[in-house]
Amino acid sequence: MDTILLIFIFVIAAFLGKELISKVPSQLHTPLMSATNAISGITVVGAFVALAASAGGGTLGMVLAFIAIVLATINLVGGFMVTERMLEMFRKKEDKK
Amino acid sequence: MIINLAYIIACVLFILGIKNLNKPSTARKGNMLAALGVLIAVVAVFFENDVVQSWNADNFMQNGYVWIIIALVIGSIIGLIWSKKVKMTGMPELVALYNGFGGLASALVAFVQFLQAPEGNDAIASVAIGIAIFIGALAFSGSMLAWGKLSEKITGRAIVFKGQNALNLLLLLVVIATIVIYALPGIDSSIRFTAIIVLSAVSLVFGITFVLPIGGGDMPVVISLINSFTGLAVAAAGFIISNTVLIVAGCLVGASGTILTLIMCKAMNRSVGNLLFSGFGAVDSGSGKGPGAEPKSISAEDAYLILEAAQSVVFIPGYGMAVAQAQHVVKELAEKLEANGAEVNYAVHPVAGRMPGHMNVLLAEADIPYEQLKTMDDMNPVMPTQDVAIVIGANDVVNPAAETDPSSPIYGMPIIKAYQARTVFVLKRGKGRGFSGIENELFSMPNTLMIYGDAKGTISSLSGEFNAE
Repeated sequence: MDTILLIFIFVIAAFLGKELISKVPSQLHTPLMSATNAISGITVVGAFVALAASAGGGTLGMVLAFIAIVLATINLVGGFMVTERMLEMFRKKEDKK
Repeated sequence: MIINLAYIIACVLFILGIKNLNKPSTARKGNMLAALGVLIAVVAVFFENDVVQSWNADNFMQNGYVWIIIALVIGSIIGLIWSKKVKMTGMPELVALYNGFGGLASALVAFVQFLQAPEGNDAIASVAIGIAIFIGALAFSGSMLAWGKLSEKITGRAIVFKGQNALNLLLLLVVIATIVIYALPGIDSSIRFTAIIVLSAVSLVFGITFVLPIGGGDMPVVISLINSFTGLAVAAAGFIISNTVLIVAGCLVGASGTILTLIMCKAMNRSVGNLLFSGFGAVDSGSGKGPGAEPKSISAEDAYLILEAAQSVVFIPGYGMAVAQAQHVVKELAEKLEANGAEVNYAVHPVAGRMPGHMNVLLAEADIPYEQLKTMDDMNPVMPTQDVAIVIGANDVVNPAAETDPSSPIYGMPIIKAYQARTVFVLKRGKGRGFSGIENELFSMPNTLMIYGDAKGTISSLSGEFNAE
């Protein structure tokens, strides 16, 4: 894809991110951080492509990409689960009232 | 075409997810939406050309799908187990650990891309590879060190040595030089290879020297900063493989981490540069006036008599409460106080604890009503009207030296003005000086009474006194 287009997407996303995050109250900073942390595990998508591309050729590439998928998946699954656990506690309280 | 459509849907879900995370009532939905976005992107990438081609690999062992599935299963199981097992107090360490893994994964993705094209990519992709390796490796080693500090496997104190800033600057120059060498056209491939290896090694070292001088009290900032790095590494990986989802997701995460970092810095009245390069908390300063009067201490029984008469009580929690796991007994004591006719509030400093919003999570775990959690700005104006302020394992965030002593390293940091309350109880493990190593005048003020001992034990015996009545 055209590099300029990618840079364009990057810049727009940065401004969008700023607007979205600024509105989050301090009480929710931990869940926010842990959820965005989980989102960064999306790099697993890149690791798939890397693994598939090395599948026919270099073994070192395959091993590294394999490790990358494992790590990114831990980041993803673990991150979302932990956020869910935290938010579960916020919810319990509201149900009581 | 369909793949790109799926990517767009995934991006929209990330945005909606973060948007929903700004209210407690919708936060869970937000988390779900973000997770769904990732799922859609993951399914879509299975149909990318590169991935599909690996299906036709000659033998089973080289089939990409097989290895992808195996890796996914291993990662999911580990992630599930860790997240189920972690205690709420261990949350900062776990987030740091996950963060580091995400960073390393992005660095590895970049490294594999480099291995695939030893003859070189176009300049933009080469620079992106260099940046992804740099930020990803930095985030990894930095996170591992932060994890060690948070879980107290190594000292949480800031460690500074002479020439630290010079060393960091040198490392940064090496990083830039290697990326430039790698990205320049017409460079011999063995030199390019060396450049990438040097880059990887130096980036790992840089993560260590970068986090080493930052003390435990500043961990909320470090964690947010590394979070933003991980995001940027993801975005850089997106540039390498021209993947829009990675760019958008990485950029959102980067923005989130950056904004949290700035909020934390503002709450400490320090610039990011000052935080990273000053080795805060490593020096024994703020003692210019010498230790003041000896702090007065009091037993739990006597403290009870004061509490019983109190009409308004404010709890000021800090990392000590997390360590002592005292949040549930605090809730218990608060209920007794309320039954006794007192108004109870909690004053939460933005940087209390070891990650942004740390105290809110712990207090929420103990089922403390949301409305009682007050921010510093809400609570300070009414502090003089409070009968008792109970400081539980907080130190710097209530240190009046931040307002009065220009020689103190925390001078200028906004604090919770606990000292303005009519009586202040400070619950503290021992007579030591706390995490940052800064002398706290609050402890020796005339209206301050120290209650030494484990915070959980002290609070339990306080609520025990209410029962005995």
